[in-house]
Amino acid sequence: MAQTSASPTPLLKDELDIVIPTIRNLDFLEMWRPFFQPYHLIIVQDGDPSKTIHVPEGFDYELYNRNDINRILGPKASCISFKDSACRCFGYMVSKKKYIFTIDDDCFVAKDPSGKDINALEQHIKNLLSPSTPFFFNTLYDPYRDGADFVRGYPFSLREGVPTAVSHGLWLNIPDYDAPTQLVKPLERNSRFVDAVMTIPKGTLFPMCGMNLGFNRELIGPAMYFGLMGDGQPIGRYDDMWAGWCMKVICDHLGLGVKTGLPYIWHSKASNPFVNLKKEYKGIYWQEELIPFFQAATLSKDCTTVQKCYLELSKQVKAKLGNVDDYFIKLADAMVTWIEAWDELNPPKSSAELPNGKGK
Amino acid sequence: MRTPPSLVSLAIDSALAQLSNISDLSFLPDHILIDLFLSQWSILKFEYLSGENSAGEAPCGIFKLPVEGFLKRTLRAGKLTEKILKLFIATGKEEVLSHIEALNIQLVLTPVLPTSKKNLSMSQIIDDNDVDIVIGALHSDLTPFLDEWRPVFSRFHLIIVKDPDLKDELKIPGGFNLHVYTKSDIDKAVGSASSASLFSGYSCRYFGYLISQKKYVVSIDDDCVPARDNNGGLIDAVAQHISNLTTPATPFFFNTLYDPFCKGADFVRGYPFSLRNGVTCALSCGLWLNLADYDAPTQALKPGQRNSRYVDAVLTVPARTMLPVSGINIGFNREVVGPALLPALRLAKEGKFRWETVEDIWSGMCVKVVCDHLGVGVKSGLPYVWRKERGDAIESLKKEWEGVKLMEDVVPFFQSVRLSQAAVTPEDCVIEMAAAVKERLGPVHPVFARAAEAMVEWVKLWKVVRTRLSP
Repeated sequence: MAQTSASPTPLLKDELDIVIPTIRNLDFLEMWRPFFQPYHLIIVQDGDPSKTIHVPEGFDYELYNRNDINRILGPKASCISFKDSACRCFGYMVSKKKYIFTIDDDCFVAKDPSGKDINALEQHIKNLLSPSTPFFFNTLYDPYRDGADFVRGYPFSLREGVPTAVSHGLWLNIPDYDAPTQLVKPLERNSRFVDAVMTIPKGTLFPMCGMNLGFNRELIGPAMYFGLMGDGQPIGRYDDMWAGWCMKVICDHLGLGVKTGLPYIWHSKASNPFVNLKKEYKGIYWQEELIPFFQAATLSKDCTTVQKCYLELSKQVKAKLGNVDDYFIKLADAMVTWIEAWDELNPPKSSAELPNGKGK
Repeated sequence: MRTPPSLVSLAIDSALAQLSNISDLSFLPDHILIDLFLSQWSILKFEYLSGENSAGEAPCGIFKLPVEGFLKRTLRAGKLTEKILKLFIATGKEEVLSHIEALNIQLVLTPVLPTSKKNLSMSQIIDDNDVDIVIGALHSDLTPFLDEWRPVFSRFHLIIVKDPDLKDELKIPGGFNLHVYTKSDIDKAVGSASSASLFSGYSCRYFGYLISQKKYVVSIDDDCVPARDNNGGLIDAVAQHISNLTTPATPFFFNTLYDPFCKGADFVRGYPFSLRNGVTCALSCGLWLNLADYDAPTQALKPGQRNSRYVDAVLTVPARTMLPVSGINIGFNREVVGPALLPALRLAKEGKFRWETVEDIWSGMCVKVVCDHLGVGVKSGLPYVWRKERGDAIESLKKEWEGVKLMEDVVPFFQSVRLSQAAVTPEDCVIEMAAAVKERLGPVHPVFARAAEAMVEWVKLWKVVRTRLSP
């Protein structure tokens, strides 16, 4: 039987970091203040490192610009994208917390149908702290939510669920469409509030959007590499997609769960579809090869940790996608570099001091 | 000097005043009935257009009236309430009904297309003649059920199959285009041995599926009534099922904005273009507000739990993902998967409450395996129906625990069963599955061996009956 959560959601304020990539400013934080202020922020400043990013008063944060990334990672910094929000994954690597919540700087607090402000972070925490059910679809969606449960026919042996590794939130207003869809439907806005959280079944892939995402860093952190995008790369706007496909294959292999649905945030900025088209162009063709690759990917039994899974995946990327484009050979190498950097910054049971970025 | 009022008109006037206390008008001669109706209609029109009746109340705004002309007339008591309109409809008198039709009085329903009317452009406009509504009658008095569903069902042909175990006569209100099948009809069609083993209890509806001649079938339990959406509008569950069945499904990749064919939604960034055409949707699984479809242990532990969450989404259940299909509220494309919806898993102490059955769960997983194999889709989500309180979960639990235990074997079986390339029709698929059931589950529990036999018998029956029915 599913437990109903009558008790309030724990804040987890010492166990969760909020990672925000930015190139402009962080004014959006003002609106989030009531929900974010208790937490530590990790700001990853993309673009020109000489520019100063103003962080609103009262937030506890550390900030890293490109110079910091280069200094901390040395030659391994090559795996971190430049001029693309993919750089945010540096924040995941450098965090010391159990949970990460990442959000874009053009995402604001949304309202639910009753007009109440949605505390997206609280919902992500709820999602991450309750189990997932990837092995059998529950037609009433998340059975651990108040007012819901497993339906007739759901085997009792599957009702404990598995640990949730990722909580994928959605967006009201500007939907996360690709460039061709944006060009055809520039005015479409997502106004449908779907009051559900659900587990994405095992064996099913999905397009993971990095705009409003929570995850358990201890369970899946090393798989959340956002790839090589942006400056000097042939592709952009596929960073979160890439991470999502790798992550899902690994979660399926390790028996971890991925949820999608609530919470909603309000996505305010529609990016330029022509700029997007240039960035995505190759991706649109490549994804036709990538999807079958990930759908067929299997990992051997001795891949018992996320790092091992990820390294094995990188070998398969090199072997099978190398002939789609040389980019994938570079990417496979970057995946290895990422794991090396991750393990360096996150040695097992280490209490060593690590270099900090500028911060309060 | 004015002509004095006739006795008839005086009688009608006083009847008008008493209309809400009258329960049956069928005894009235037709011409008087018409007069009564038209008088009532005039009152209503005036009330509606002027905004209030003599008692100062707002008019019964659930009726959508054609706005053509005013009737200035002294207001009198009485409104053409839904109840009174039903009284007139219940007389079954042709002229009354055609007047109602001519005057275009309709209950305003919000068809559930939370995405809007768009679906009409996206989906094919289907002919009402393409749909059969199959109702398994486990209750003898279907009047409340059919009356509540009348605004939704009256356009369609209904197949009502009476549970062969039900002793009482069926009571069915007028005004529907329907065929009723009872035990003797079933016996005649399939022989009494089959009818007893295959079609009793909730499984009586499968007989309806067997003999239906239509492309789409919608089936709803007879203890459910239309639900209301978040705006208070009555949900047209049939329209939503049809919409689900006539827009593509997307089983090969999950769309995070759910049904991309809804108005206001689309495929998200990262969704491969080659998969955006989707595939035919063969099965549409709806949901339930109020009494959700929980098993007996769950409901017994949470006796007060009611489902009040309206989730405004339809989504495709991904390929190779199994789900518990509840038979309470479904629609399917009979031409694509008809034979795969089958009465096979019958519990030893199967009863007349859903808590005491798992026939639909078994049938649903057969259909899902078939759909996955044939490359067609299954959707889940909208529409909702309102499921009424009925039965006692604890009593059911005391009686029937078997179904819950069997799921432990059933689910892994369906998750792993694989069909051969040679199985290209639903019938082929069912036969192959039946063999696998017999081999792998038969030894586990006799109920599975019987299920395997029932599946084979069902395919034979399907072939025989379909041949007999075809032109």
